[in-house]
This record gives sequence, C-alpha cells and structure tokens, in this order.
Amino acid sequence: MIRTEQAEVVYPNGTRALAATSLTFAPGAFTVLLGPSGAGKSTLLRSLNGLVRLTAGKVVAEEADDLREPHALRRHRRRTGMVFQQHQLIGRATVLANVLTGRLGYHSGLRTLLPFSATEKRRALDAVARVGLIEYALRRCDQLSGGQQQRVGIARALVQEPALILADEPVASLDPATAERVLSLLHGICKADGIAAVVSLHQLEFARRFADRIVGLAKGAVVFDGSPSKLGRAETLRIYGAEPADNDEDSEEPLQLKTGTHA
Amino acid sequence: MLAPSAGHIGILHEHRRAVLRHAGLVGVIVLVCFGALWLTGFFDAQRLIEGGPALGQLASEMVPPDFSRWRAWVGPLVDTLAMSIAGTALAIVISLPLALLAAPNTSPNFAVSQSCRLILSALRSVPELIMGIVFVAAVGFGALPGVLALALHSTGMVGKFYAEAIEHVDPRPLEAARAAGASRFQVITHAVLPQVLPQLADITIYRWEYHFRASTVLGIVGAGGIGFELIAALRVIRYDQVSAILITILLCVVVVDSLGAWLRKQLK
Repeated sequence: MIRTEQAEVVYPNGTRALAATSLTFAPGAFTVLLGPSGAGKSTLLRSLNGLVRLTAGKVVAEEADDLREPHALRRHRRRTGMVFQQHQLIGRATVLANVLTGRLGYHSGLRTLLPFSATEKRRALDAVARVGLIEYALRRCDQLSGGQQQRVGIARALVQEPALILADEPVASLDPATAERVLSLLHGICKADGIAAVVSLHQLEFARRFADRIVGLAKGAVVFDGSPSKLGRAETLRIYGAEPADNDEDSEEPLQLKTGTHA
Repeated sequence: MLAPSAGHIGILHEHRRAVLRHAGLVGVIVLVCFGALWLTGFFDAQRLIEGGPALGQLASEMVPPDFSRWRAWVGPLVDTLAMSIAGTALAIVISLPLALLAAPNTSPNFAVSQSCRLILSALRSVPELIMGIVFVAAVGFGALPGVLALALHSTGMVGKFYAEAIEHVDPRPLEAARAAGASRFQVITHAVLPQVLPQLADITIYRWEYHFRASTVLGIVGAGGIGFELIAALRVIRYDQVSAILITILLCVVVVDSLGAWLRKQLK
C-alpha cells in the first residue's frame, strides 16, 4: 500500500506539474494513469519513489512513513521496481549485469565493491528467464531489440522482489504488437506475484483491457478515478480535452494542453 | 519553371555575404601566420642560408650511428619503460577520485567540483620538465623524480579527460539505479563506471604512450632513463652516439605505440 497526501509538485520555473493530490494505491492492484503529455503522469509516478521531490504534502509507503527521510526512502526504493519508457539500461553491459543493478538497494557501503553473490546471480537469471530472455543473458543490451530491452527493464524491476512496480509509459516506444506483448507480460507477472503496479499509458484500449483502476490526469489534477467500465466518452473528454484517436499510440495531444499550467 | 523571385535574390545576397565573411576571416588568419613567422625571424634569409651548412655538418657527424655502447643503454631503457608505466599507474590512482569529484554529475556539490577542477588545471599548467627539476632537487637523481613528475603533471591532463568522459555518460541508467535504491557511491560503481571504462582505458593508454616519449626528455634534467644517456652523449659532442640513441628511442616508441594500439583493441 502506498498513498499520497496532498502531494504537490511545483517546478522551479513555476509550472505546477501536480496539484495537491491524495491517492491510495491498494496492494496487488494494476492501476493505469491516463492523460495527455504534460498532464503530470510522470511527475506523479516519480514522486511515488522520490525521484521527484514534492514541494508540499507527502508520500506514505509501507516501509516508509515519509519519503523525505533518506533511510526510509532507500528501504522503499529497493522494494519498488521502476520500468522506464526508454528502458534506461547500460547499453554496453550484459543483460545479466543490468538486471543485477536491481539488487543494489540490498547492498550497503563497501559490500558494493565485491561481486554479486551466487544467490543473487541465480535470482537475476530467474528474472531473465521469466521475461523469456534466458538465451540472451550474456548478450550486450545494445544488441537487443526495443521490446527485448524493455523485457530486461522488467527483469531488473523483478529482481528487486518488489511490492510495487512503477512503469512510466513502458510501451510508448514500441510497435503496437510488441507493446501488447510487453504489457501483457508485465500485467501477468504483477498479477501472479501480487505486485501492485502503477503504469502510465497512452493507449485507451490497453488501459481498458489491463487496468483494475484508471486514474485520469489533466493539467496536473486528477479528473477521473474509477474502474475501466466507468470510463465513458464524457470522462475521456474530460481527461484529454478532446476526442482522442483511440488505439493510436502516437496521437499528439491537443495543443492547448501541451503548454501545461503556467501559474 | 521557376522565375527568379525577389525572395531568391535576397537569399543569394545573403549567401554571398556569408562567403565574403569567410574569405575575410581566412585572410586575417593567413596574415597572422605570416606575422608570427616574421616576428620569430623566419624571413631572415641570411641566418637560414648560413644555418644550412651547419646543419649538414651536424648531420654528417651523426652518420654512421655508433651503437658500440648499446649494452650500457639497456638498463636506462628498462628504467624509461618502468618510469612510463609507474607514472601512468600513479596518475590513474590520483586522477580517478579527482575526476569523480570534478564531474558535475558525480560531484557532491558545486564547490567541490570547482576546486577539483582548479587543482587539475594547476597540475597541468606546470610542465613536467619543471616538475622534474623540482623533484630532482627534492629526492635526488634517478627514476623516482621522473615518475613523480610524470604522474603529477599527467593527473592534470588525465583527470580532466576522465572528468569529461564521466560528465557525458547517459544519465538514464543512473536514474534507474537510484530508483532501485542505489546509494550515490553505488550509482558511480554500477552505473557511471561501467559506461565509461572503455573511454578511461583509451585515455590511459594514450597517456602511457606519451609518458614513454616524455620520460626520455625528463632524463635531460637528471630524472634517469635513456634521456640521461642522450644528454651525456650530447655533452661530450658524440653526435654518432646521439643518432644511435635517437634511433633506439624511435624503435622503442614504435613498439610501445603498437602495444598500446593492441591493448586498446582488446579493451574495446
């Protein structure tokens, strides 16, 4: 369980990326964040593991009463996997080496200088096998396709033994067929292991299909929060400010929304 | 069929102005070069004409090269090689922490970054020959002052290049490591260094090749190695031995450079 209490993010240039938001994410639930670019999806996701600092309010997690406390933040981060749009792997490192970086949160100080233990390597290989890449374990990541790289990203999150996975547009850079496979892999793993997930997406169709709950954001504020069945035409209009071209992951958002909220 | 329009003519005018600007700049650069040559006495025909025969005389004394003392050069050559390796090793050990503290993305704060940059520029602004003289005065003749001079001057160079390589790493894997709970130190060991190791190796090997050449010069101020033999032969005006030593050094430089090239290939 993780929740935000009046969490607000105002960037130094005055842009209010996230208006005071209070949300609770239940254990094991697959939540999808929808909204146009600049609506605050990334900011909300990154505030859930402290990559973005709140300017007001707080985030409360299972192992951390307040993410502003460094030790609590670290405890929280090591149980929180993150999957990125650009996968954020080290291209010249092997799949195994990249996945092992997911274990760093469990190491402290000088232990870091020693190699990873055999147990951790086995665990990493288990994660690699789970995303279907075991025959590529010793291949350099920059030799893999986009979809394979994103699977490595998922394995890196998995090896953390997470209670929560945050995914920031994990399939936005993939072709539709690959996107579908990668997303259902992520969804299947989260459901099987009871991992809560907060996933930002562009595609309404995917959101309706995979989400237990959809949170719609516009201009940094929550404008919809409910089950996919409640997301009708009017609600979609409220999120996007216009009728989105469904099933088009490249759909550019209406211009008036891209400028964001300059306070 | 396109008729020349006012817009096109405007573009052509603009283009001609750009060409003229460039030509003017090239002209100025050429003038400055001639000025520099004139200032340094290059257009003094008298001196150059007289210099020709003197040079010829010197060259004739250099042939045939006299390799008869080669046994005496083996030890100093090994010294020179050892100096270049030891100097490089020391330079790595001092440079890496300084570079990590100097690069903005791994430095704890702006003040630390700036002071490390200052240290690096200070070290590189003192020529190794001057450092060699200082260290010879401090610890006496031999290879040790040479190694210290090479290492310290190189730290200024190598540290700067390391810092630049570190500064330009892809920041995204760093964010991913932080998100997984990695500490600042772990981000460096597992996200920054894995990205830049080939570049750091490249810089280091180039520097080693350079050290071999530089350590021959350092011998001139008494910092040991083959350079010491070279200056000794010059002092007793044995130009045939000087040329023999120069040929020997050239051969060794070729060997060291190709070894370096091979190493770089292995570490790619």
